[in-house]
Amino acid sequence: MDLTINHFLTISAILFTIGVVGIFVNRKNIIVILMAIELILLSVNINLVAFSVFSGTIEGQIFAMLVLTVAAAEAAVGLAILVVYFRNRGDIAVESVDLMKG
Amino acid sequence: MELIAFYIFAAIVTVSALAVIMAKNPVHSVLWLILTFFTSAGLFVLIGAEFLAMLLVVVYVGAVAVLFLFVVMMLDVDFVELKQGTLRYWPFAGLIGLAFIAEIALASFARGGAPNTTFDAAPGADTNTEAIGQVMYTDYFLLFQMAGLILLVAMIGAIVLTLRERPGVKRQNIAKQTSRRREDAIEKVSVEPGKGI
Repeated sequence: MDLTINHFLTISAILFTIGVVGIFVNRKNIIVILMAIELILLSVNINLVAFSVFSGTIEGQIFAMLVLTVAAAEAAVGLAILVVYFRNRGDIAVESVDLMKG
Repeated sequence: MELIAFYIFAAIVTVSALAVIMAKNPVHSVLWLILTFFTSAGLFVLIGAEFLAMLLVVVYVGAVAVLFLFVVMMLDVDFVELKQGTLRYWPFAGLIGLAFIAEIALASFARGGAPNTTFDAAPGADTNTEAIGQVMYTDYFLLFQMAGLILLVAMIGAIVLTLRERPGVKRQNIAKQTSRRREDAIEKVSVEPGKGI
């Protein structure tokens, strides 16, 4: 088998970087920021699964499942907050989210 | 053969992930995100983690991405306005990205070479799903329960956040309806002729 763990770690690193760059580039649009966070969590999952499979242990896949759970919960709550914020303010511009600044 | 498939999948993942963060329309972003998840599921299948691949499709594509799609389409936001001025952020973001990649590359080169690996997607069992099930409900039972609890909290949180009491909306009050008595509802009036009530 020619496929090594390095292949997967590389694609995971690339995906993670794209996610981080996405947060910086789309700093006005919170929906795309949430999507970039999903990309980052996906890259973490790829890492976990790759290490799990290539070391012959199953634990990494269990943890990947837990990361998946947290990602789903985070998306649900984040989007709920977004909907409530939109209902109250009428827009979702990140720069105007300073109500708690004091 | 597997290597060719890997490179195809990796290329699609990279391109679609870039498209997620660069698309002008968030709806397109969500669709690219779905492609990214699908292709990552393909990567998982490639190394034999079938259960995680299926979970990725079910949870991410089936639930999370559709949730994103709902919210994007529900919010009436001028996304063109949001997109303006993002070109300004690219140099800084690119710098951060380069720093990230450089650090990761440095760390992996400093460590040197591929580690000795024993490839096994289903240790101690016939299939990947069976291997996961064998430890998930025994060794990691508590974690499994806590994951369920997290989902419950997220569900309750999302519902409580988005629930709103709108004034002036007519609703059916079943308790009030069933506790109505005849005496409260009907009044007997003796009407005098020619006068009305």
